[in-house]
Amino acid sequence: MATTTMTMAKALNEGLRRAMEKNKKVLIMGEDVGKLGGVFRVTDGLQKDFGEDRVIDAPLAESAIVGTAVGLAIRGYRTVCEIQFDGFVYPAFDQIVSQVAKLHKRSDGVYTMGLVIRIPFQGGIGAIEHHSESPEAYFAATAGLRVVSCSTPNDAYWMIQQSIEHDDPIVFCEPKSRYWEKGEVDLESPPVGLFDAVVRREGTDVTVIGYGSSIKTILRAADTAAVEGTSLEVVDARSLAPLELDTMATSLEKTGRLVVVQEAPHMASIGSEIVAELSERCFYSLRAPGVRVSGYHVPYPPSRIEEDYRPTVDRILDAVDRVMGFES
Amino acid sequence: MIGEELVQLLTPEGERVAHPEYESTLSGEEIFGLYRDMVIVRRLCTESTSLQRQGQLALWAPIQGQEAAQIGAGRALNPMDFTFPTYREHGIAWCRGVPPENMLRLFRAVSNGGWDPQKYRHSVPSVVLGTQTLHAVGYAMGIQRDGAEEAAMAFFGDGASSQGDVLEAFVWAASFNAPVVFFCQNNQWGISTPSTVQSKIPLYHRAHGFGFPGVRVDGNDVLAVYEVSKRALESARVGGGPTLIEAYTYRMGAHTTSDDPTRYRIDAEVEVWKHRDPIERVKSLLVREYHVKTAKFDEVTAEAESMALKLREDVLAMDRPDPITMFDNAYAAPHPLIEEGRREMIELGVSGGSH
Repeated sequence: MATTTMTMAKALNEGLRRAMEKNKKVLIMGEDVGKLGGVFRVTDGLQKDFGEDRVIDAPLAESAIVGTAVGLAIRGYRTVCEIQFDGFVYPAFDQIVSQVAKLHKRSDGVYTMGLVIRIPFQGGIGAIEHHSESPEAYFAATAGLRVVSCSTPNDAYWMIQQSIEHDDPIVFCEPKSRYWEKGEVDLESPPVGLFDAVVRREGTDVTVIGYGSSIKTILRAADTAAVEGTSLEVVDARSLAPLELDTMATSLEKTGRLVVVQEAPHMASIGSEIVAELSERCFYSLRAPGVRVSGYHVPYPPSRIEEDYRPTVDRILDAVDRVMGFES
Repeated sequence: MIGEELVQLLTPEGERVAHPEYESTLSGEEIFGLYRDMVIVRRLCTESTSLQRQGQLALWAPIQGQEAAQIGAGRALNPMDFTFPTYREHGIAWCRGVPPENMLRLFRAVSNGGWDPQKYRHSVPSVVLGTQTLHAVGYAMGIQRDGAEEAAMAFFGDGASSQGDVLEAFVWAASFNAPVVFFCQNNQWGISTPSTVQSKIPLYHRAHGFGFPGVRVDGNDVLAVYEVSKRALESARVGGGPTLIEAYTYRMGAHTTSDDPTRYRIDAEVEVWKHRDPIERVKSLLVREYHVKTAKFDEVTAEAESMALKLREDVLAMDRPDPITMFDNAYAAPHPLIEEGRREMIELGVSGGSH
C-alpha cells in the first residue's frame, strides 16, 4: 500500500490534479483559483500545469460561477466550482437549488449535472463574519443535490475524485479548520464509497456521530471518556445527503445511546435528521433519547468567542453523561 | 417614439427602408417562409389560449405581437447553435423543430420540461427570470474550449434585464469573449411593470458599459431581426464575442392567461401597436413586391388550422402521468430516498408499479 503523509489541503489538490489528468473535461472555476491557488491554496499550481482554459479565474460573482458551470455541464464539461467561503455561497443559492438540482429532472434525464461545488465550511479559524458558517442543511434539504464532507486527508483525496466522477451534482463541504492537519493518504485505493459512513473508533456505550471538523473533537472526547470508563463509538457520517444509515444503525443497536455533533444550529439540521431516522429504525434498541450537540441558534458569533459556540469536548462529554444518565 | 437608433428594414406599412449598416438578404420565397412561421406560431398561441380557457392547460404565456422577434432570431440560427429560452419562446422552439405538443407539456402540467433539449439544441425553459443567460454563457465557454464554430443564444425580456444573473452573464461573456448572443425582447411590460422602470436608458445601451456591442432592432420587423441576429451570431461564431440585441416589440396580450392587462395599461397604447403588427407588414410586402396570391396565403392559414387541430388532439390525449414517474430522473444515480419513496407509493397502490 503506497501511502504518503500530507495535509488535507494538499490531499484535495492532489485529488483535483488526478481527476484533471484522467478526464480532460474536468475544469476548475472560482475566485482566485489560478495564480494565487485559491485563498486556501487548494488549487495551488493547477493553473500553471493545466492552463487558464481549465483552471478559470472567475470574475467575483458566485451565481455566475455556478450558472456558467451549468452551461458547461450541458456542453459536456465537469466543473469543480470553488466558493471561496461558506458565507458567500448564498448569491449562488438560486442557481444551485433551482437549476443545478433540478435540470436533470427538467430535461427528463437528458442533462447530466455532473458538477461539484466545493465550499470551505465550519468555523475555528478566527475569521471575521461570513467566513465560518455551516450551510449544509439548506443543500441537504434540496432534492436533486447530494452533500458530502471529508474529515481526513485520505477522505479528501478520494472523495473529491469520487465526487467529480459522479453524475449527480455534489456540494462538497471542506472543514477549513482541518486544511492544514496532516494524515496518511493511500494513493492506490479508496477507503469506501463516496456515500458511506465509517466507524472512526469502536466502542460499546455511546454512538457519537459527526462530520467534518467535529470528528477530531469527538475523537478527543472519546479519549477523555475512555479514561473515565465510558466507551464511545465514533461514526463519521461523510455523506450528509443521502445519509448512510446502516452503519449508524448497526452501531446504535450495539450501544443503545446516541449523540450527534455538528457546528450548525440544531433546528432543521443534519443532526436532527440523523436522530429522527435512527429513532425510527432503532427504537427498541434505544436506552436513551438521541441528543444533539450543536452550534447555538444565533448568527455565527465574532470569532473571539467562537469556541464557546462550536461543540467542545466538554459539551460532547456532557451529552454523553446525559444519555448515560437515562440508565436505571 | 424610438427614432433612428432603431434598425428597421420594413415599415409597419410593409415598405422597405434603407439602413446604413444592414440590408435584407432574403429572397421572396424565404420571406414567405418567415410569414408562414409567424402565422403558424400565432395560431399555436391562440389555440393554446383557448385550451387554457377550456381548462385543458394550467397556464399559457402568449406571444402575440412578438412573432417577428422570435421567428427572425430563430431562423437566423445555424442547426448546431444552442438556444436558452424562457417560458415564452414558442416561436424559437418552433424554429428549432420542437413539436408544438411538446411545448405544451409544461403548460398542461404533465412535465417540468417537455422536449429533449440536446436533440433540438434548445434548452428547457427557465421560469426563474434570467437564470438561463448564465447557462448560455457557460455553454458558449464550452464551445470555445471545443474550438467549434457555434454560438449560444440567450433569450430574456425587459423584466429579466433587472436580474443580477443577466448582468453577471454580461460580465462573464465580455471577460471571456464568449460566443453568445443576448436576445432581449423588450415587450414593454413585465406583467404590470413598464420597461421604463427596468431601465432609465435604452436597454441596448447597457452592452456598451459591459464592453460589447448592443443593437436595438424593430422587433416587429422580421427582416431586420433576421439580419441583425444573423450578423451577431456570425460574429460570435468566429471569435467576435457577445452582442446584445434589444428587439423592441410589444406584448399584445396578457403576460399569461392568469393576467389582466386592462388593470394597468390603456387601450390607446395597444391600438398604436396594432398598427405595427409583425405579420401584416410582411404580407403587404409579399403582395406588393412579390405578387403572392391570396390562394397561397390561404394555404398557410389552412396549414395553421390543421396544426391547431392536431395540437388540440395531442394535448387532450396527454393523460395525467403515472405518479411514480415523479421519482424518475430526480437523480442520475440510485438514491435511497428515491427508492424509499417509490417503494411506499407502490405499497399504497397509487401506481401500476411498472418502474
